[in-house]
Amino acid sequence: MTIAETPGRTSEPAGSPVEQPVLDVRDLRMRYGSTDVLTGVTFTARPGEVLALLGPNGAGKTTTIEILEGFRMRSAGEVAVLGADPAHGDERWRARLGVVLQSWRDHAKWRVRELLAHLGSYYLPYSTDQIRRPWDVDDLIDAVGLNPHAGKRIGQLSGGQRRRLDVAIGIVGRPELLFLDEPTAGFDPEARREFHDLVHRLTDLEQTTILLTTHDLDEAEKLADRILILAGGSIIADGSADQLSRRMSSEAEVKWSRDGQRFVHATTDATTFVRELFQQYGDGIADLEVRRASLEDTYMALVRDFESGRSLATLREFEEASR
Amino acid sequence: MNPTVVGLRAGVRRGGIEIRQSLVNVQDLWNYFFPNLTFLVVMFFMRDATVPGTTFSLSARTLPSVLGGGLAFGALVTMMMALTIEREDGTLLRAKAIPNGMLGYLVGKVVQVSGMTLIGSVILVIPGVLLVDGVELRGPGAWLTLLWVLVLGLVACLPIGAILGSLFANPRNVGVIMLPIMGLVATSGIFYPITTFPVWLQWIGQAFPVYWLGLGTRSALLPPELAAVEIGESWRHLETFGMLAGWAVLGLVVAPIVLRRMARRESGSSVAARKEKAMQRIN
Repeated sequence: MTIAETPGRTSEPAGSPVEQPVLDVRDLRMRYGSTDVLTGVTFTARPGEVLALLGPNGAGKTTTIEILEGFRMRSAGEVAVLGADPAHGDERWRARLGVVLQSWRDHAKWRVRELLAHLGSYYLPYSTDQIRRPWDVDDLIDAVGLNPHAGKRIGQLSGGQRRRLDVAIGIVGRPELLFLDEPTAGFDPEARREFHDLVHRLTDLEQTTILLTTHDLDEAEKLADRILILAGGSIIADGSADQLSRRMSSEAEVKWSRDGQRFVHATTDATTFVRELFQQYGDGIADLEVRRASLEDTYMALVRDFESGRSLATLREFEEASR
Repeated sequence: MNPTVVGLRAGVRRGGIEIRQSLVNVQDLWNYFFPNLTFLVVMFFMRDATVPGTTFSLSARTLPSVLGGGLAFGALVTMMMALTIEREDGTLLRAKAIPNGMLGYLVGKVVQVSGMTLIGSVILVIPGVLLVDGVELRGPGAWLTLLWVLVLGLVACLPIGAILGSLFANPRNVGVIMLPIMGLVATSGIFYPITTFPVWLQWIGQAFPVYWLGLGTRSALLPPELAAVEIGESWRHLETFGMLAGWAVLGLVVAPIVLRRMARRESGSSVAARKEKAMQRIN
């Protein structure tokens, strides 16, 4: 599938058309004992792109991300992260990555500002003319909205504040590539909104490439330029939210009322349908509402298709074997 | 700027910060004072007992002995506990996610545990010398002996603690190893002269660094006549140096291998799995 930009986002950096991908994954395989978790994952990410990796539990999202982070050895396949193999990434390579970890109770005695300043100091020798490392501590605390808590002990932070600190630690070295594994799990709607604003700021100002996993499809649609759906150990769909819903040729739902009566109609061509509706009834139409298939609808359809396809394949294998 | 030097310096700073944190934390203060005050109370009550075969106070002999033995025990156990706890809670994984973070983390731990152990020693020794007679540093030679015994003892014990700490994934299983360590301290002649023990027990005690640390600190702080109740009726400085250095070399060779293996296995999902397990126990 070809890659297209989502309108309204300007994440295309000025540069040559043959620029190096930030992530280049080809036929990545992972096997634990006799279980294949990843059976051939292939995708790329360009600088400044935000990718969301979706998929049912156990599909291999976390395994994929941990291989890319260099925290897990792969069984087979070619992987280049910022041009290097993560299995042999050196400290210089590590300094260009950001990993947002799900913290629990580490560094409980440290104060927020103290820890960020300490962890930032490791990045100092990796500062370049283009990217000043580390992020200035006060600016960073400001950016993640931890200003009122900068002097607090980390053990006293609330869950949402801790997650903001996790993000701050992940980006303290001004990473060129950031990994976010379920960043907003357990957030309330307000914290989630603030987190989304932060991610937008990162991609707009810093040109950071982001790979995130989430179960929140709404979040994926809001944040990601491109969505990858991982199921059964491989990528079954790759494209923008719009492309995915178009690929499923799903129908839009048109609702309206006329003479106090409510109507609902499902159509694949909502524009034509609405035009005809107005031509026919003109001012009689009220409360018009057009709802495109949401990412959730598309996602459910894709995963369901994939799973029924897999069960068909199993059935065929079974029939062939019993012949 | 050399990144390795930056990592080393960050580690030293990290250790300093964590020592400072331990001085304002109720749990840590308790750990500093409780065992040392217990020793002091015990010494106070046995102030009239004498070392067998001499007229020298048994509590005066026990003070330098506990200084050495306590240093070995503290360094070993604190390092072990710190590594298992901080692996479970994800501190180690954070270090792994940062350039030269592992180096900084380990240097930080060495500085922190050494500092905390030495602070514990000071808390024991200062009231101790006021409480008992006959314990003093007699001249620069004794100072020098104390210095090299303490430094070499720490270098011998910290890697063993790190190795043990990386063997246990679950801090609640550390108790398994605590009992043998306490038993080892008991057989090392810390509280009572080792020469009064059966010979086979003496050999076990002499195989480990705890005995030699205790012997070394006794040699620095006690009058020379007290060597008479030691094995071979001597302070055996050469053997002390040899044994402590041997353990130090062994530890410094094995620890990086074990630590690297442990660090390689850390990932977000392994920390998450441990968290899950710990939460189940609480519920």
